[in-house]
Amino acid sequence: MGLQSQDFARISATNFRPPDVRHDFEVAKLIDVSKCIGCKACQAACLEWNNLREEVGINVGVYDNPHDLTPNSWTLMRFTEWENPESGNLEWLIRKDGCMHCADPGCLKACPSPGAIVQYNNGIVDFVSENCIGCGYCVKGCPFNIPRISQADHKAYKCTLCSDRVSVGQAPACAKACPTGAITFGTKQAMLDYAQASITDLKSRGFKNAGIYDPPGVGGTHVMYVLHHADQPQLYANLPQNPKISQVVELWKGLTKYAGMAAIGFAAAFAFVHGIVARRNDVSRAEDREAEHLIDEEAARGRQA
Amino acid sequence: MTNSWTDIKNTDLIIVMGGNAAEAHPCGFKWVVEAKAQRGAKLIVVDPRFTRTASVSDFYAPIRQGTDIAFLLGVIRYCIENDRIQHDYVRAFTNAPYLVKEGFAYQDGLFTGYDEAKRDYDRSTWEYELGADGYVQVDETLQNPRCVYQLLKQHVAAYTPEMVERICGTPKDKYLAICKMISECSARDKTMTSMYALGWTQHSKGAQNIRTMAMLQLMLGNIGVRGGGMNALRGHSNIQGLTDIGLMSDLIPGYLNIPKDREVDFKTYMSTRGFKPLRPNQMSYWQNYGKFMVSFLKAMWGPAATAENEFAYQWLPKLDVSGYDLLRIMDLMHQGKVNGYFCQGFNPLLSAPNRNKITESLSKLKFLVVMDPLQTETARFWKDEGVHNDVKPESIQTEVFELPTSCFAEDEGSLVNSGRWLQWHWPGQEPPGEAKADTWIMAQLHMRLRELYRKEGGAFPDPIVNLHWPYRDPMDPQPDEMAKEMNGYVVSTVTDPADPSKVLLEKGKQVDTFGQLRDDGSTACGCWIYSGSWTERGNMMARRDTSDPGNTGAYSNWAFSWPANRRILYNRASADLDGKAWDPKRKLIEWNGTAWTGYDVPDIAVNAKPRDVGPFIMNAEGSGRLFARGLMRDGPFPAHYEPFESPVANVMAPNIRGNPVARIFPADLAALGTSDKFPYAATSYRLTEHFHYWTKHVWVNAVLQPEFFVEISEQLAAEKNIQKGGWVKVSSNRGSVYAKAVVTKRIKPLICDGKTVHVVGIPLHWGFTGAARKGFGPNSLTPFVGDANTDTPEFKAFLVNVEPSNGPATS
Amino acid sequence: MLHELSRRQFLKAAGAGVAGSAVAALGFGGAEEALAQAVRPFKLARTTETRNTCPYCSVACGVIMYSLGDKSKNAHPAVIHIEGDPDHPTNRGTLCPKGSALLDFVHSETRTKVPQYRGPGEKAFRQISWNEALDRIARLMKDDRDKNFIAKNQDGQTVNRWLTTGFLAASATTNETAFLTYKVVRSLGVLAFDNQARV
Repeated sequence: MGLQSQDFARISATNFRPPDVRHDFEVAKLIDVSKCIGCKACQAACLEWNNLREEVGINVGVYDNPHDLTPNSWTLMRFTEWENPESGNLEWLIRKDGCMHCADPGCLKACPSPGAIVQYNNGIVDFVSENCIGCGYCVKGCPFNIPRISQADHKAYKCTLCSDRVSVGQAPACAKACPTGAITFGTKQAMLDYAQASITDLKSRGFKNAGIYDPPGVGGTHVMYVLHHADQPQLYANLPQNPKISQVVELWKGLTKYAGMAAIGFAAAFAFVHGIVARRNDVSRAEDREAEHLIDEEAARGRQA
Repeated sequence: MTNSWTDIKNTDLIIVMGGNAAEAHPCGFKWVVEAKAQRGAKLIVVDPRFTRTASVSDFYAPIRQGTDIAFLLGVIRYCIENDRIQHDYVRAFTNAPYLVKEGFAYQDGLFTGYDEAKRDYDRSTWEYELGADGYVQVDETLQNPRCVYQLLKQHVAAYTPEMVERICGTPKDKYLAICKMISECSARDKTMTSMYALGWTQHSKGAQNIRTMAMLQLMLGNIGVRGGGMNALRGHSNIQGLTDIGLMSDLIPGYLNIPKDREVDFKTYMSTRGFKPLRPNQMSYWQNYGKFMVSFLKAMWGPAATAENEFAYQWLPKLDVSGYDLLRIMDLMHQGKVNGYFCQGFNPLLSAPNRNKITESLSKLKFLVVMDPLQTETARFWKDEGVHNDVKPESIQTEVFELPTSCFAEDEGSLVNSGRWLQWHWPGQEPPGEAKADTWIMAQLHMRLRELYRKEGGAFPDPIVNLHWPYRDPMDPQPDEMAKEMNGYVVSTVTDPADPSKVLLEKGKQVDTFGQLRDDGSTACGCWIYSGSWTERGNMMARRDTSDPGNTGAYSNWAFSWPANRRILYNRASADLDGKAWDPKRKLIEWNGTAWTGYDVPDIAVNAKPRDVGPFIMNAEGSGRLFARGLMRDGPFPAHYEPFESPVANVMAPNIRGNPVARIFPADLAALGTSDKFPYAATSYRLTEHFHYWTKHVWVNAVLQPEFFVEISEQLAAEKNIQKGGWVKVSSNRGSVYAKAVVTKRIKPLICDGKTVHVVGIPLHWGFTGAARKGFGPNSLTPFVGDANTDTPEFKAFLVNVEPSNGPATS
Repeated sequence: MLHELSRRQFLKAAGAGVAGSAVAALGFGGAEEALAQAVRPFKLARTTETRNTCPYCSVACGVIMYSLGDKSKNAHPAVIHIEGDPDHPTNRGTLCPKGSALLDFVHSETRTKVPQYRGPGEKAFRQISWNEALDRIARLMKDDRDKNFIAKNQDGQTVNRWLTTGFLAASATTNETAFLTYKVVRSLGVLAFDNQARV
């Protein structure tokens, strides 16, 4: 992937601002949880389209398989059995988890490697593997706990919103496959409008708090949910009520970030950074410690997983 | 399906009972979601488990497996009590007004004529009262105590909401809410669709489960209309086709019957197939039986089938029993009476009940031939796989052949979907390795046998050496050739008797419809209901026109739908007595004063006047049957019977175990368990991540649902000290399996007849070959007994015990 | 050709999603060729499309198989991707988790690829040739039929049946396979004939 494209809105770890001549419209994927039957067609389509093959796991007493997102599983159905205290009815809340493609992407802000994370004009946040240094900052930066670092090639992976398909006018593989139309894809505005019909329908069926999930704390997202209980997103396998980019990441941004990276010795990255940015800043000891801390944390997470 | 997948969008209420459409048929289920979103339709789910279908439903109610008839007869009772039936429809289009013979009665769970020793009925009283004119006597007022309506009213009276709760474990308030929602569909402008599958068929009274809903649908006026119907969601991609083409013991393609021993010649065979109309003017379409039968025989034996030899009628084998279904043949095999067996894309080691018995049966074969694109367990039944297939190969003398075949991606031809659409498909690659198409294998076997019989002689070679084999390459017949045979063609030119210069049918041409078939040998047709699928205009099954005039969901120019490209069966019933649509917004066909016009091919003659001909043209009555006469072995009305293995006794007839006329072999009767040792009510089912025993060979699906498990309630888990994700051992009186435990709120204990009943859910997708983890199927546990009418095994209701375990020794 | 779908038709159908927007590469503006390079490579850019039907359940979803190889005489195509057929009235391009993973069925490691034989008491399969297998099976069939064929029952009625060999037919073979199978099996007088309709 060349970084000369004129379709980038943002590129990680660089001040380079593309000319942005083709800013047409923003896209979004809408996941209507009330229409989702938890069939995992989206998972299968994602694995097939992206040529990913997860390990065959085990059953641990639930339907969720694999049990978490991995470098090979970029999306996942999370199942929650909830007894609604108001109606007395059992509700099986099934949420397709995966990258939310934030308008204000914490991963991109945290990323110290130039061009490893890009945001296209249409809002898609994409990881560019050849530029990724596997530092794991994106993991820390993400308020939804989405990116995963591969132990095989030490690079970060997550949903690309099928930027390859979108670029030729097709919907992401999950949206194309979704049997019930619970996943739809279009412009962000069209998806917001489309969601309204579903919300009205849900309210008529007694879900008075039905609504859309498009959290403002990350500037809105390019993957949105329709929830029966929009007032309680945490019911849906701990979907955050009000996601925000962590303070640490907000501090750890700007020019100092990639310079800091260089200082702590990722030689390959250094060369790359140098090639693109061609200037260096000194890095403060505080920033240095911060960087090491983030990396250690990710390493710990990797061990647990 | 009477209707089609795309027609479901036209409905107001969907009831999923006896099935789990969202999981087993997700892409068809999209039309349920569509009806909800576009029409505000409601979805009801009735199931022992809160399924993924239930997760998007408007109303869910639990039911104990095997009690659906009680539930539905109760709904019929509710509709009658509350006057929520479509009166005009019921009077005109069903046999409600017909009088039943004196002598017919029902008492203590049995209808008149029961013979306990034979486990069968003398069904002679289950008939109509005929008048002097030979037609059924009717009472249009429905007041005569001997009319079907009154008998039905009397029959369902016992199924009160309290009785339903007692039998089914469905809380009364939930039950009544469902009754109300269903009964509202008796309005002319409201319709309900029933989507069911093996959750209704795999019972010892499966056919009656379906009948009960069909009766309810008739009473609501929901058969033949858009958004209505009885929609059987077939389990496999072409099981509709395999059944249409009669690959069953007792069938001939197009639902004709294999003759019985006593039908010693063609004339005798035909004598009971006259199908004289029971009401004036009725089409009684089976009157054409002889034309379909002779044309079939001509397709089988070509020039060798002549009027002189009864069109080779004697070359068909004759049946001495009702049929040699899977259960009977496995039982005969177990007795050592079967030497050779072929499995073409079928895996009975995991699909037939009581696996231990199946293993013993297969071990007694001299030879077994498996044709399959995948490495099946059946082909390896002799292989020692430890706990997962505990056998001693050295003691099994069966010769086994595994023949590799092509899969869908490599072959060409048509499949019939649930909605009776015949769709053609094309290959995208060649089979791997030395794999071959099934057609090639069958042709090779036939050609070898023909050669052997020609050379050596042997037992009755005539039907083999004379089998009509008109293929371009006899060693490798091609799909288009068989498709044309099934459609039918003209064998010899037929001219108009009045004007011999006028050619009616020209030799060598494909017929356009089954209406052109003849019983004099001048036409040949492999499967009459497929006539019209490959005509002189070409391959109708390959049509890909997406237009849909009126946005009805019919897609009449997409592929071909049997019969006669009709998309909704009994569509005459969508219009009132005068031929106007019951619901103008859901017009299907209408009478315009001279003809039937609209969006579908009418099932009655296009110029048949509305008040003359009834919609149910295949029935001699012309009407839908609320009373089935003697056509069902277990009763003209459905009645509640418990499963053969049940946690409670039959509260309506405590002395009856199971279905009183279901066939059960002595050893299998002895192998039934009881609730003192096996206290829990088990059921088996598919999960959406897998397809039968195939997708465990598919890596991605193995990832999505890797390992065999059973589902139990939190209450049962607590009672038995079973941990979520821990191992359990599940046993029946026939075997045991190890599984992981999914402990869930989605299964709740039921209270039936005052007793707590725990439900155990057992999905069916694992075995010892493929990419997924090795596991077991529910058939290690299930009883060897089938439905009284179809012999479909009772996979959906049986008894087990569940204990915590350390898992199989090998893991 | 009925089954050949032009790329334009496909894109049109696939793009006519719920947004109802015109097809234009969504939010990427501009010409698709150039963009496919600038973003991620689109893996179906050089494939042949063939229409088929999903072999699993009875919804019979339309699928499009994307293969490498152009169907010329000497090219052996290989299916590399399978996706829902957006023209199909029932599934409208969607597929369930089984249908979405059909590629892994086609290329499953545990597909059968050569005829195999296991003799009495043996512990393993061994490969045999088609001719060997078919000759042997035909011989076993004929010997069994000749020995056990019943021409007349005890009452002297002609019954012409062969009960000692049975045939279980499939659930996913084509109608055309089914009919040819029917002819061959019935001509032998087999009554122990069943399919997978019940299980």
